Amino acid sequence: MYKYIFRRISLSIPTLIGVSILIFFFMRILPGDVVDAMVTDETGALVFTDAQVESIEESLGLNRPLHIQYLGWMKDVVAGDLGYSFWTKISVGEHVRRRAPMTLEIAVLSLIISWIIGLPVGILAAINRNSLRDYISRGIVILFLAIPSFYAALGFLIFFVLVFTWRPPVEVIFFWQNPIQSLYVALPAAVAIGTGMAAVVARMARSSILEVIREDYVRTAKSKGLTKRTIINRHVLKNALIPVVTISGLQFGNLLSGVIAVEAALSIPGLGVLLAQGLADRDWMIIQNLVLIFAFLFILINLLVDISYSLIDPRIRYD
Amino acid sequence: MKNNYKLLDVKNLRTAFNVEGKDVTVVNDISFNLSPGEIVGLVGESGCGKSVTALSLMGLVPDPPGKILGGEIFLEGKDLLKFSESDMEKVRGKEIGMIFQEPMTSLNPVLTIGKQITEILELHQDMSKEEAINEAIDLLKLVGLTDPELRINDYPHKLSGGQRQRIMIAIALSCKPKILIADEPTTALDVTIQAQILELIQKLSNELGTSVILITHNLGILARYAHKINVMYAGHLIESGTTDEIFYNPKHPYTAGLLNSVPRLDLDPNIELPTIKGEVPNLAEFNEGCIFKTRCPNPTNNCKDGKSEMGLIEVEPGHLVDKCCVNCK
Ligand SMILES: Nc1ncnc2c1ncn2[C@@H]1O[C@H](COP(=O)(O)OP(=O)(O)OP(=O)(O)O)[C@@H](O)[C@H]1O
Ligand code: SF4
Ligand SMILES: [Mg+2]
Repeated sequence: MYKYIFRRISLSIPTLIGVSILIFFFMRILPGDVVDAMVTDETGALVFTDAQVESIEESLGLNRPLHIQYLGWMKDVVAGDLGYSFWTKISVGEHVRRRAPMTLEIAVLSLIISWIIGLPVGILAAINRNSLRDYISRGIVILFLAIPSFYAALGFLIFFVLVFTWRPPVEVIFFWQNPIQSLYVALPAAVAIGTGMAAVVARMARSSILEVIREDYVRTAKSKGLTKRTIINRHVLKNALIPVVTISGLQFGNLLSGVIAVEAALSIPGLGVLLAQGLADRDWMIIQNLVLIFAFLFILINLLVDISYSLIDPRIRYD
Repeated sequence: MKNNYKLLDVKNLRTAFNVEGKDVTVVNDISFNLSPGEIVGLVGESGCGKSVTALSLMGLVPDPPGKILGGEIFLEGKDLLKFSESDMEKVRGKEIGMIFQEPMTSLNPVLTIGKQITEILELHQDMSKEEAINEAIDLLKLVGLTDPELRINDYPHKLSGGQRQRIMIAIALSCKPKILIADEPTTALDVTIQAQILELIQKLSNELGTSVILITHNLGILARYAHKINVMYAGHLIESGTTDEIFYNPKHPYTAGLLNSVPRLDLDPNIELPTIKGEVPNLAEFNEGCIFKTRCPNPTNNCKDGKSEMGLIEVEPGHLVDKCCVNCK
């Protein structure tokens, strides 16, 4: 098992290098760089002299050849140093430490919500296949699949503000400081993201259950005289789980774009806002390192998904 | 052991599947019965409706597309077709146990062997977890599995097909049902294992007094294990009698054809066995006369015109055959 985990992580290194190269050069191809952003005012007029511009470039190390800049970055990353924001001069690590907990809380809550809603809807749709309930839930599912999480978030925001007189937070409260206050901030965001993900979970759960229901061992379970409920809970669900867990892991990308959009819409200062701000400021260090962290998380989560298979299905072993 | 009390009495059972908006009757007017302790064979070619008959008895015909159109299934005098779903749940596993053709896929891969046996004991026998585990171990011993104490914690994928079929038998007989339906229990197994499994079923039937409906497409198996044989063809029961009658005095040309295609020890194994020529009629289109007329070697003119009438009549005590074929061969 440990051998397997080690091998998977080693195999992810080339992927991470690829991601780092892509994001590094992609940032530099984008029109406008951090110095432009720093030395112009809102109208785009230059407010510094050429000499000042050069000294800013030099202080940020941007006058070095590209490959030197890239290798320098990689060297720092390997040493565990994520560099400093061009603007705030605060280390990227510190930025992440401040912003990550809220984002993580939203992400985990979204995931939980997507399962709490998605799984029962999928089960009900499957066992009432082609009934009115199935059609209604499938209709809603398709609706939620079609709405980008950004619009869903806006919709939920308006809903929460109007109905619950909810107000976007002024400051971030971490979960361990005050769970209730913290949830008050995170929950609307998580609902906005989680419902969209729930649609995917529901659809996968439905089709997976419908497949398992046709298996011979379900017929055996019926021949024992077990009730429908027991058959679904005990014999069908666990077998139907693997594709649902898989799709949930693959949804990490959706989760991320959802978090960014929703954090921006609800002005919750999390990693999403940090990334969006970094992009607007051309703060390459922040973006590069965040993207690398996200890529690593994505790989890690899908590794966890694979490992969870062996907990679900005893036939799957990683030795 | 054999007496005339009808433990199970199936009368004019008709089951259909809805295919493209049209009801196709795949079990057509089937009647047979079962006495306590008896092993009764149900034989016929693939697709003739053996499994659907078995599923009809269990109330497990997939609906939709399937539907029982008519008939009666009396178990100890009570018509199962009038039972509610929750009443049927008390029949399944408790009064009638069933084992299937495919042992490799009939057990749930994510549950332990123990769990798959104890759940039925807890359900029907009101046993506590511990009692059920002890009983499960005894059952595994009964069906001849080695190291039952260890086996109950294993998952099915660790076991061979033969071992899994033994576990299926343990499950099916766990609540001492009056009837065991064995739907081609050995078709998927090696020849040597086949014999062991059938011996086991026979032995347990004797010991526990369980009646068995043994479904197969191999008449040879029935010669050895069955007291009575029902021959099915394209959804119809065309002949029925004691094993001796069927083997030594077959009336219907289909039964005779099946018998000729059974491998026999007293014949040269290199000679190709005769098969029944022709095609099974499409049940969705067939409507008149003898169901076997498309393959019958000697149909009369009446038969060809579709005028021969179907329906069993008794030609000797306990030997029934399709009306039209009483004198044909
Ligand atoms: N779910 C279903 N939907 C439609 N038709 C079905 C269904 N199940 C069975 N049938 C039809 O019913 C007929 C009888 O099938 P059945 O499974 O009882 O055959 P069988 O005698 O058990 O054959 P085998 O020896 O292959 O197991 C077949 O023609 C089959 O096509
Ligand atoms: S009734 Fe006619 S067609 Fe049918 S089996 Fe007898 S002889 Fe053949
Ligand atoms: Mg069958």
